[in-house]
Amino acid sequence: MTAYIGKPIPRVDGRAKVTGQARYAAEVHVPGLLYGRVVSSPIARGHIRRIEPRAALALPGVLQVFTHENLPRLAWLSRSYRDHTAPPGTPFRPLHGDGILFCGQPVALVVAESLELARYAASLIDIEYAVEPHATELLLQRAWATEPPRGKMGYEPPPGPRGHAERALREAAVRIAADYSQPAEHHNPMEPHATTVLVDEDGSLTIYEKTQSVRNSQEYVCKVFGLPKDKVRVLSPFVGGAFGSGLRPQYQLFLAVLAALELRRPVRVELTRRQMFSFGYRPITEQHAELGAAADGALTAVSHSALASTSRFESFCEHIVHESSVMYRCENTRLDYKVAPLDLYTPIDMRAPGAVSGMFALECALDELAHAAGLDPLELRIKNYAERDQDKDRPFLSKELRACYKKGAERFGWARRPRTPRSLRAGDLLCGWGVAGGVWDAQQAPSSARAMLTADGRLRVSSSTSDIGPGTYTIMTQIAAEALGLPLEDVTFVLGDTALPLAVVQGGSLTAASVGSAVKAVCEKLQARLLKLAQDGAGSPLAKADLKDVRFVDGRIELVADPRRAIAVREVMRRAQLGMLEEESIAMPDLVKQGRYKMSSHSAVFVEVTVDEPLGLITVTRVVSAVAAGRILNPATARSQILGAVVMGIGMALTEQSVLDHRLGRFVNQDLAEYHVPVCADIRDLEVIFVEEDDPIVNPLGVKGVGEIGIVGVAAAIANAVFHATGRRVRSLPITLDKLL
Amino acid sequence: MNPFSYAQPCAVREAVAELVADPGARIIAGGTNLVDLMKGGVARPSRLVDITRLSLHRITELPDGGLRLGALVSNADVAQHPLVTARYPLLARAILQGTSPQIRNMATTGGNLLQRTRCYYFYDPALPCNKRSPGSGCPALDGYNRIHAVLGTDRGTDRSTEGRTDAGSGSRPLCIATHPSDMCVALAALEAVVHVVGNSGEREIPLADFHRLPGDTPHLDSNLAPDELITAVELPPRGFAERCAYLKIRDRHSFAFALVSVAAALELAQDAAGGAGAVIIQDARLALGGVAHKPWRDARVEAALRGQRPGEEAFQAAAAELLRGARGFGHNGFKIELARRATVRALTLAASGSAGEEAAP
Repeated sequence: MTAYIGKPIPRVDGRAKVTGQARYAAEVHVPGLLYGRVVSSPIARGHIRRIEPRAALALPGVLQVFTHENLPRLAWLSRSYRDHTAPPGTPFRPLHGDGILFCGQPVALVVAESLELARYAASLIDIEYAVEPHATELLLQRAWATEPPRGKMGYEPPPGPRGHAERALREAAVRIAADYSQPAEHHNPMEPHATTVLVDEDGSLTIYEKTQSVRNSQEYVCKVFGLPKDKVRVLSPFVGGAFGSGLRPQYQLFLAVLAALELRRPVRVELTRRQMFSFGYRPITEQHAELGAAADGALTAVSHSALASTSRFESFCEHIVHESSVMYRCENTRLDYKVAPLDLYTPIDMRAPGAVSGMFALECALDELAHAAGLDPLELRIKNYAERDQDKDRPFLSKELRACYKKGAERFGWARRPRTPRSLRAGDLLCGWGVAGGVWDAQQAPSSARAMLTADGRLRVSSSTSDIGPGTYTIMTQIAAEALGLPLEDVTFVLGDTALPLAVVQGGSLTAASVGSAVKAVCEKLQARLLKLAQDGAGSPLAKADLKDVRFVDGRIELVADPRRAIAVREVMRRAQLGMLEEESIAMPDLVKQGRYKMSSHSAVFVEVTVDEPLGLITVTRVVSAVAAGRILNPATARSQILGAVVMGIGMALTEQSVLDHRLGRFVNQDLAEYHVPVCADIRDLEVIFVEEDDPIVNPLGVKGVGEIGIVGVAAAIANAVFHATGRRVRSLPITLDKLL
Repeated sequence: MNPFSYAQPCAVREAVAELVADPGARIIAGGTNLVDLMKGGVARPSRLVDITRLSLHRITELPDGGLRLGALVSNADVAQHPLVTARYPLLARAILQGTSPQIRNMATTGGNLLQRTRCYYFYDPALPCNKRSPGSGCPALDGYNRIHAVLGTDRGTDRSTEGRTDAGSGSRPLCIATHPSDMCVALAALEAVVHVVGNSGEREIPLADFHRLPGDTPHLDSNLAPDELITAVELPPRGFAERCAYLKIRDRHSFAFALVSVAAALELAQDAAGGAGAVIIQDARLALGGVAHKPWRDARVEAALRGQRPGEEAFQAAAAELLRGARGFGHNGFKIELARRATVRALTLAASGSAGEEAAP
């Protein structure tokens, strides 16, 4: 059978990746390639007094040093530098003037005939800075905090207050108030950001770029360098992880294009690991949560405020507190969200932006409330289960969170959890169990796809989307193969190329829903055309049949009522004497219908930790993550998404932080030896349960996306488990061993 | 990375001659640390002397029952050698808790001794650092110093052979970097001896004297002279194979440098006065990693353990004494208490005859 959706199909690009056939942006080799090396500012704020490139330029093989002093005339308006996912403000313009806005800011690009030479020449650039006082401590900048304006794609300010939270808190039988803090985190994808630019004879550019949206990079280059779109092609067939860091064009793209245009030679600029700490990061947050409840645990008040970091030039914003007035049934809610400017680069979305931060505070606060009320924390959540979105007074479209709680708890053995902290042991170690819930918006954005069926029965489907690792190549191939009933190996999906039909940026867990719907739609168009062709001429076995009367399986179109009446797709093509059939389609979200509902994916995360108390050592020994995210297209790739997200959540909870030295205004642990992402030894038993939802409205495929939901709630569940193990509540992440001594 | 020339000598004396001829020359073997430092502009050798062709690749038994580890034997090969695992499990375990299998395959015995600190500020040439450029200052002192030293940081008291400095002797340290090796902590406890060859011949340096405290010369990590090359590390016959433990405390379960590590080794004997089954400590070795500019040992603490009954009381006293004079600098104060507890744990593990790995399951 040619039914693929819902099957654990192995990654179609897996072989290319493990054999090194997959080429990444910094692996494109052409004769005469030049290498750019970025020189970074060591100061956080001030300006360049003097920049002297002569020693570098004197080296044979060094072609040019680009600085603010020799920048050619480019787009002047900051608006031209705004990309699709930019927050409101004045985007950073590389080499634009002598001002220093953040530590690590690129101040020069050295271009040479070899990487080694460029690197050495970069060390010879002599720069004198005028240093001005900087500010990088969030709490000290609180006085300058403001509510971020609208303007970033997908951002809405938090809903206003509901009921009377203050009074309800005052009158609550049980009440907790707590502060939670979270450091900066960097995405640290395995592949550093890189761009290779080729220049054709007519001056048009072919750009191999690490990005989550080739279209976004293309439009940025066109606007900044004043080029027409047909002169700029951006390709990004493979991306070695991005997690949000590739949502915006980063400065290596600007610098590589600049050098290639000026020198009329192919140029590659690849950032170093250290330079990967010089642009967006997950914002630093300080949160305050207050919850009030009746004696039986019924929530009467939710108050949640968040202060987050941004830069001085843009107002980064995300939905940190928004879900706190929807996650649980409660009449009185009050949310507050502000951002304060620091002398750092603007933060950038990082896996489950906003939700992962906000739910850390809310879900820990729930745990604190359960403890104060003497209730089981899972019971408390079920007791306050939200059946409606009270903010907008609308139902949930589909919400199997209750089933997630139930199935996750069963699998985990939650019923055996003693309520009192410090009452579980694992040998000499303390043991603790914690739970937290998670939520992430299910969205769809306009996207399009093209499909081409050739006479040999092979199908090529394409869209300019990305595959940063979730398995986009694979699931799109599945959708197309199933729609036309073709063997998987006869179907190819192509992506990451601006020559292909427009697609939304790969972010926000919306690729499966958006691009998947476009692939489905374009294949349905082909179905209709094939059926019509099959009915041409006399004696067609499918004469007079409607699309709904037939199905496409095993390379044939057959009548549902009588599968013996069928015709092979190749035969249809042969008879019609067509070399190929081509269709293009765009899938638009049905905003009217969808707007009547709150559309979200949900999760329940159960965690076991052991703690070696005298030494403060925490081990996450078991995680059960139960996820309700609509229909699961491929349980293998979807499970990988959740596993990876849980690992990232373990890092967020226990090890990851980009530490700022406030005197220097810089991150200090800028390498993978000292920025601790989890390693295999940190990861023990992880289990993923999908609670499928049958949701015909969210999009034609019924999918909600699984890129984000897996990380939401993980840090809270771990912090709650640590409390259960030790009786100690650590409210600042990461929970490093010194916080337990 | 600066341009440099390259030599590949075939004899030890040729390698020494290279060092003599060019003061900017540096030895390279596994390159696991030096290449990183060069790429980051922290090390700028004018010449690299690749010694991988020298005949220093063997582990040999010594007539006295000791073991000689050639300077070029990889960390992985030392850790897996049957004579090492049988006689010096403390060393094998310390090595295996360091870094990753890939790096252990490349890294050499001599190179491990000479690896540089992981201080963040040392690694960033844009910043001052007394170790990298003497006299420029130490941003770690008032900066983020969570991974930094709590022992032996005082100036003008480089009594490295005694292994102790006095607390709070006033002046601000010039450097609070730590030595990052796990292997060296075990070697210190086992009283290994470093064999070196220089222009004026061969000499032996006890491991305890090999690394230096920062004192007034933080740019010098060790007492190896500029013209000298490590040829071997010799282990004395006593390996404390029965009762030893290497306990490493770090921020994740693998592939992270130690916040604190402890090499503990005990020899127990029947206590003639104590009745049947009673034992006393006949000999003890104790070294700390992650807390100082060198593996931290104190002969007086070990002497005080001798004759004691192994147990909480004796171990607590030893730990307190070993940490006497420890001093935090803001973010690393926790290391003092952590090191105290880890020492007690490691001694307890060693006494029980447990293998002694990291404490977490």
